[in-house]
Amino acid sequence: MLAASSIVELRKRLLAREISPRDIVLDVSKAIEERNHELGAYLSWDVEAALTEADSADIQAPLGGIPLAVKDNINVSGQPCTCGSRILGENYRAPYDAGVIQRMRQGGGVPFGRLNMDEFAMGSSTENSALGITRNPRDLSRVPGGSSGGSAAAVAGNLAIAALGSDTGGSIRQPAALCGCVGIKPTYGRISRYGLVAFASSLDQIGPLTRTVEDAALLLNHLCGHDRHDSTSLNVETPDFMSAVGRDIKGVRVGLPKEYFISGTHPGVAAAVQAAIRQLESLGAIIEEISLPHTELGVATYYVLAPAEASANLARFDGVRYGHRSDRAGDLLEQYMLSRSEGFGPEVRRRILLGTYVLSSGYYDAYYIRAQKARTLIRGDFIEAFKKVDVIVSPTSPMPAHKLGELKENPLAAYLEDVFTIPVNLAGLPGVSVPCGDVVLDGVSLPVGLQIVGKALDESTLLQVAHAFEQTR
Amino acid sequence: MPESHQIDIHHIARLARLQLTEEEALQYHAQLEGILSYIDTLSRYELGEVEPTAHAMPVFDVIREDETGGQSLDKDAVLCNAPKSTAGQFQIPKVIE
Repeated sequence: MLAASSIVELRKRLLAREISPRDIVLDVSKAIEERNHELGAYLSWDVEAALTEADSADIQAPLGGIPLAVKDNINVSGQPCTCGSRILGENYRAPYDAGVIQRMRQGGGVPFGRLNMDEFAMGSSTENSALGITRNPRDLSRVPGGSSGGSAAAVAGNLAIAALGSDTGGSIRQPAALCGCVGIKPTYGRISRYGLVAFASSLDQIGPLTRTVEDAALLLNHLCGHDRHDSTSLNVETPDFMSAVGRDIKGVRVGLPKEYFISGTHPGVAAAVQAAIRQLESLGAIIEEISLPHTELGVATYYVLAPAEASANLARFDGVRYGHRSDRAGDLLEQYMLSRSEGFGPEVRRRILLGTYVLSSGYYDAYYIRAQKARTLIRGDFIEAFKKVDVIVSPTSPMPAHKLGELKENPLAAYLEDVFTIPVNLAGLPGVSVPCGDVVLDGVSLPVGLQIVGKALDESTLLQVAHAFEQTR
Repeated sequence: MPESHQIDIHHIARLARLQLTEEEALQYHAQLEGILSYIDTLSRYELGEVEPTAHAMPVFDVIREDETGGQSLDKDAVLCNAPKSTAGQFQIPKVIE
């Protein structure tokens, strides 16, 4: 089945003329038709558009003829971009290609299919999508994680070769861990966010979800790079990430933050991660305990800064230029109030209210400025730690995938599950989740992810360690 | 940091341009109380002298030539997303009597 292959395998077969790009699109499309009704990974997919592009694809290009699925918050010209929200779900069509899509096309890739997500990427289970439920391919009664839950479910469920996601507090790495695929969030600024619908602009970053570490390296080679349309995009050289793949890890210094290996992590997750650490050691890595003393500030800091930024970013949804407009409104103010209240779901409204509160007169210093100061301490922890080690490892998520609906009435409990991923966004660092084992719950084996975090712009070492570990499995 | 959280949920909703039912207002008020109590973790640390970080990478004041470079979006493609448009413009309810 072509839809279950890696990019690297498919590229070899394309270059050998054993298969055509059309064959791949048709096979992925067949897999979607067969299984999407139970998984709910895709919100929409335009087979004809993908076939047209596949037929004219340049096979010699590095991603030539490979269909890649896209989270539904990244604009692809002419396609929907719902953000999992009713406010954009009615009839929005993207008028342009996002920067990352321009790069994907330059590399020969074919954007195919729109993936479900928590509304405006706010959530860790994809249950906040207003447009449908996504299920974990390993256990259909469980969530796929989120917010890029559609991306992870599609890749792990063999409904996509690879996918794009976005990560503001763990939204690529956590669903990759919970579904059992590879997910990497590059350094803040590596991949252009022009055309990514903004959630929290100081934290958002696009990245790939793939079947293998090698595929992630290949995609990064062609998705990274400066874009003048994104003022936060870094004007730095993109190294050849593929050259990191296959290098041994003898002497690589691996840090274990003592604050991350405490109670609260599911014992099955802890055991899988401990086994992975022993494996890294047996490959020649040097394991050292380190300290990230301000870890406990991470979630609190994030839930001030991210909602604050979101409340400003989502002000653009006013029913004027695009998106839902209420037909009950008499005047302009009422149009704003009703269009937004009808269009946004409960979690998005909760975060807009929280963000508005922490930015409001009298509370700005107490919350927003205080959180920005805490961010300095969290970032400083990593700078200190990386004087001693090359990478830092931990569980990606303290828990395996929970049951659908389990955390619905308790938003704070859901927020706390992002404890290991959030500090990485606050510090702007690259992080990857690779499958590292399973935990059996109710007789079903659920995936566990190992998070590897690196220095800013040092994705190469991440990929080197992730790949070396992956080969032992 | 305030000890108890004086949340005027209706005031906040007005600032955020959201309309809440009474039931929603009560529910959001309670949830915000809970989240803000957790956020008070920040008040346990001495942060007075620490410099705030706005974002993690050292990129400041990126400027470019003030020109479109011929890359403006197509007007029709943009306007076709507008809930209402007329004469090549976005249409909104009347604001001046």
